[in-house]
Amino acid sequence: MNSALFQFLNITIIAFVVWLIPLQFIPFLIWLERKGSAFIQDRVGPDRTDVLGFRLFGYIQNFADVVKLLMKEDVIPLQANRFYFLLAPFWSMMFSLIPLMSIPLAGSIHWINTTIHFQVVNLNVGLLFFFSITSMGILGIVLAGWASNNKFSLIGGLRSSAQMISYELSMAMSLITLLVVYQHADFQTIVHEQTGLYHFFGYTMCLPNWGFFLQPIAFLIFLVASFAETNRNPFDLPEGESELVAGYHVEYSSIKFALFFMSEYANMVVVSFLNVSLFWGGYEVPYVSTAQLIQSPRIVLLVLSGIIFIMGLLVFVVLFRHGWKQRTLYNGVKKWEPFLLGTGMAFIGLIFLILIPFWLHWNFPAWFPLALTALVQFGCLIIKVVFFCWLFVWVRWTLPRFRYDQLMNLGWKIMLPIAMLNFLVTSIFVILK
Amino acid sequence: MRVVQRPKPKLMQSLYFIDIFKGLMLTLRHVIRNILNPDQMMVVYFPEQKKELPPPTRGRHRLMKREDGSPRCTACMLCATVCPAECIHILAGESTDTAIEKYPERFDIDMLRCVYCGFCVEACPLDAIRMDVPEVTVANYSREKLVYHKEFLLNHHNEDYVKNYNPPRPVIETHGPLARP
Repeated sequence: MNSALFQFLNITIIAFVVWLIPLQFIPFLIWLERKGSAFIQDRVGPDRTDVLGFRLFGYIQNFADVVKLLMKEDVIPLQANRFYFLLAPFWSMMFSLIPLMSIPLAGSIHWINTTIHFQVVNLNVGLLFFFSITSMGILGIVLAGWASNNKFSLIGGLRSSAQMISYELSMAMSLITLLVVYQHADFQTIVHEQTGLYHFFGYTMCLPNWGFFLQPIAFLIFLVASFAETNRNPFDLPEGESELVAGYHVEYSSIKFALFFMSEYANMVVVSFLNVSLFWGGYEVPYVSTAQLIQSPRIVLLVLSGIIFIMGLLVFVVLFRHGWKQRTLYNGVKKWEPFLLGTGMAFIGLIFLILIPFWLHWNFPAWFPLALTALVQFGCLIIKVVFFCWLFVWVRWTLPRFRYDQLMNLGWKIMLPIAMLNFLVTSIFVILK
Repeated sequence: MRVVQRPKPKLMQSLYFIDIFKGLMLTLRHVIRNILNPDQMMVVYFPEQKKELPPPTRGRHRLMKREDGSPRCTACMLCATVCPAECIHILAGESTDTAIEKYPERFDIDMLRCVYCGFCVEACPLDAIRMDVPEVTVANYSREKLVYHKEFLLNHHNEDYVKNYNPPRPVIETHGPLARP
């Protein structure tokens, strides 16, 4: 096949996948946020909306939300600056979808004489690209705050710009340390460096060689700064609803509000991808390198089947318990839903258990180990990202909001000096090494 | 003036992370417990389960009856006059009972306008209107159906519910000795 055409196809397909990832994460995250907050506060959360009696534990609520948001009247205030008012939500959404383009989703596959990349662009300034694009996203919020000609939204926009700019400093400072350690700014190399075991001054530890173990202080600063960057709870001052009604998007309604809402969640996903790629080994499966995965697909299949079987069984038990305890509540399909879903999950698990002997005797085609490796690595990345997205939700419903001066004090007087000190010490160590 | 010194936080507290971790573990415990035992959450699954409201609940209106089933109301218009939302509309008719002269031919309450202030109950000298039907979901699909008429207000509630709690005043006391009981 023509190699230029092949590359073009490769990039197009991966770009499409990368564009879909945050968009697919958004309903999941909204569901996670609602259900997680409900369970943290001992409530049930959304469980009423159903399609043919299936509620999927509140997931269907998202579809109702979409319908509602699309159907609502789209109000543009008379005094607003129309152009910027319309531009702002699209701007936020656009710049929360672009940065993922530089993140590798799985290791590159070498097949006969072509290479399939699972990354849209392998920039050698990937980290800087990521930063430049994410900092453009602030402009959307500032524009929304200013253009809607409302005091509350203006204050929200101002707060968010001040907060994001001051936290971007400590975030960048903490990541410079990583640049010093890895001596590269492209994500492929950074993720590849994190394979194998962690070496600590010549001693091999039983930990994976993740950025977190190399730079724990940088990770903590990055984590706190990422909460501030995405305007999430301990730092959600731009939309402190007790002070500012709703913050920068007071005047927005209908699908334009939904775009802001979605861009907030997309930002969470993007920051989680960055976090995982830099500190938690990206797509790398802990303790197992890409070469090992390609060499032993049978073991991978066995382990995968085992995991799926155990997960299916666990879900089966939890759902049956759930259904049994609430069996008197509902009628019709609603009553049987947990039992049906639980049985389905158990069935899938059993199929994978039965398939285990088949895996052992199957002569798979030559491309199969490569595809399986890519799939496993992508799954590993997604699992890590989901954990960090859950961390965002978890922290939001645990901690109270910071006051504005506390926020600024923390950012400028504590985090920035610590990040700088960390940078200094790391640089000295790297030079002496 | 006395200046209260705030206790200085210990080093571990000012590092935040340990206390944050403790808080996160607390909320995680709640999540796991609620996933495993969904029935012990303190939640009333409303349309399926309904909580019994206590007798002094201020709920929707009802019209009180005399022993023969006719309304106690004599269409004196006091409630309609005092109503701040102007939601009570009464059309008076001539009563067969000579002692009380009038009776409400129509008695409509527009529940969409009602603000549940209870002034009508206080204004009524005859104990003819009460707001003690324990219904909190006054909802419907059309506005016309939310204008409650006399028959609905007289009949659509459980009489026994409040009888023991607050028995009606005798008709002789309110309407005079000549009126039908």
